Amino acid sequence: MHPAELAARASYGRLLSILAVRTHDLAGAEDALAEAFLAAVTRWSIDGVPRNPEAWLLTAARRRLIDADRRRRTREEKHVLLQLNDETVDRDLFGDERLRLLFVCAHPAIDVTARTPLMLQTVLGLDAARIASALRVAPKTMGQRLWRAKTKIRDARLSFDVAPEDLPERSFAVLEAIYAAYGSGWEDVTGRAAASRGLTDEAIWLARLTVRLLPEEPEARGLLALMLYAEARTRARRGDDGAYIPLTEQDPSRWDPHRIAEAEAILMEASRMGRIGPLQLEAAIQSAHLDARRSGSRDDRAVLMLYEALLRVAPTLGVRVAHAVALSNTEGPASGLDRLDAIASSISEDYQPYWSARAHLLERTGRREDARDAYDHAIGLAEEDGVRRWLLARRQALGRV
Amino acid sequence: MRYALLVYETEACVKARSDPEYQAAYQAYIKAIYEGGVAIGGSGLQDAATSATTFRLVGGERQIQDGPFADTKEQLAGFFLIDVPDLDKALEWAARCPSTARGGIVEVRLALEQPT
Repeated sequence: MHPAELAARASYGRLLSILAVRTHDLAGAEDALAEAFLAAVTRWSIDGVPRNPEAWLLTAARRRLIDADRRRRTREEKHVLLQLNDETVDRDLFGDERLRLLFVCAHPAIDVTARTPLMLQTVLGLDAARIASALRVAPKTMGQRLWRAKTKIRDARLSFDVAPEDLPERSFAVLEAIYAAYGSGWEDVTGRAAASRGLTDEAIWLARLTVRLLPEEPEARGLLALMLYAEARTRARRGDDGAYIPLTEQDPSRWDPHRIAEAEAILMEASRMGRIGPLQLEAAIQSAHLDARRSGSRDDRAVLMLYEALLRVAPTLGVRVAHAVALSNTEGPASGLDRLDAIASSISEDYQPYWSARAHLLERTGRREDARDAYDHAIGLAEEDGVRRWLLARRQALGRV
Repeated sequence: MRYALLVYETEACVKARSDPEYQAAYQAYIKAIYEGGVAIGGSGLQDAATSATTFRLVGGERQIQDGPFADTKEQLAGFFLIDVPDLDKALEWAARCPSTARGGIVEVRLALEQPT
């Protein structure tokens, strides 16, 4: 890999944050940075790699920003950009600047659907086409969304800073956006090619960064632990033929013990801070499931309690469905079904996990015909072939009704 | 917004039409896409190699030929007309189409507005 490429990967977000924090012009900063990288490719091949590549890139990008700014602005306007020129590259400053970039990406004024892609593009420098495919959005739509978000940041001069009283809420928005990036890969875990693994690695990288930048926020650790638990099971989620294997049937020897150990340690650190939140609860549920599978003894009541706590703080559709299943494990399938029935059909209609859970519970109550219909619905909504085939097999096993 | 989902299939997909698992997957997909009121029309098509005939006028003269219009590796194998709020939703349904797991392609096309 070319040294400029290596530098790009490691420093993109840091450099962009420094460039954009004062100007509020993300698009302009991106252009300047892109030109600087391009210049580096040719320059470094001739002169060799500079001793401090980041400083070189920053200086080059700033020069371009200033040029572009001069062209744009009228003479009488004083501007902040010139001040940039005198700053030295302060390595200690980097972390803070990147945090501000994360916060502005998850700003309440930024459309929720733009937050995750904006973060991936500005902090990691991923290209829009890859982000669009991973998040299952048309590239043109994604381009427009990113453009609108950047225009908003610049024109409305959205603050890159966060008032202390807003910190918990804003941190949560950052973590939520990172989790959404992870979800894009978790749904699609065939893992045959790097591209089809979605953005799981990138999401974990961002979560690690957030833990470093927000050391006092236990939910950041909760998110990292949650993703590490999920990553630990990647290899076990598929048979050799690509068939989907649900958690309760996975072979624990295919789990990654290092990742699990890391997740346990991080979750422990989070819980010591004494401020529980939805992400820590989700991680704790993962931990309980893994434990049950390894020890062979399930504690359904403990899992249910975690879900009830989660339901109180984050009653999302996914949590409501999972809670119904957890309830059915202690109270029987009929009470789980009652909970599913209470979910409005307008929101459950095209949510595949809802129909899988419903089919499973109907099967357990002996309502085979209804179960078959629900399996059909789940199969029709499945995006991933392994999951589709698993559901087809379950439906087949019901036999003729 | 009305979109057409145009399903292009490879030879492998067309062969798989007799595979019970593929049939069951398609039945479930069709059921799901119609049940929620998403699909408002569409149909699967028979193998282009045996069922397609094309018509055109060349210099005012009729020309009728056996076979599909475009002789490509993938053939148009079926289509759905769906009514969804936006392209994101249309792509969601495209992603669920069982043909894609066997190398098929779904083209999502915005329909012309209906004359009022």
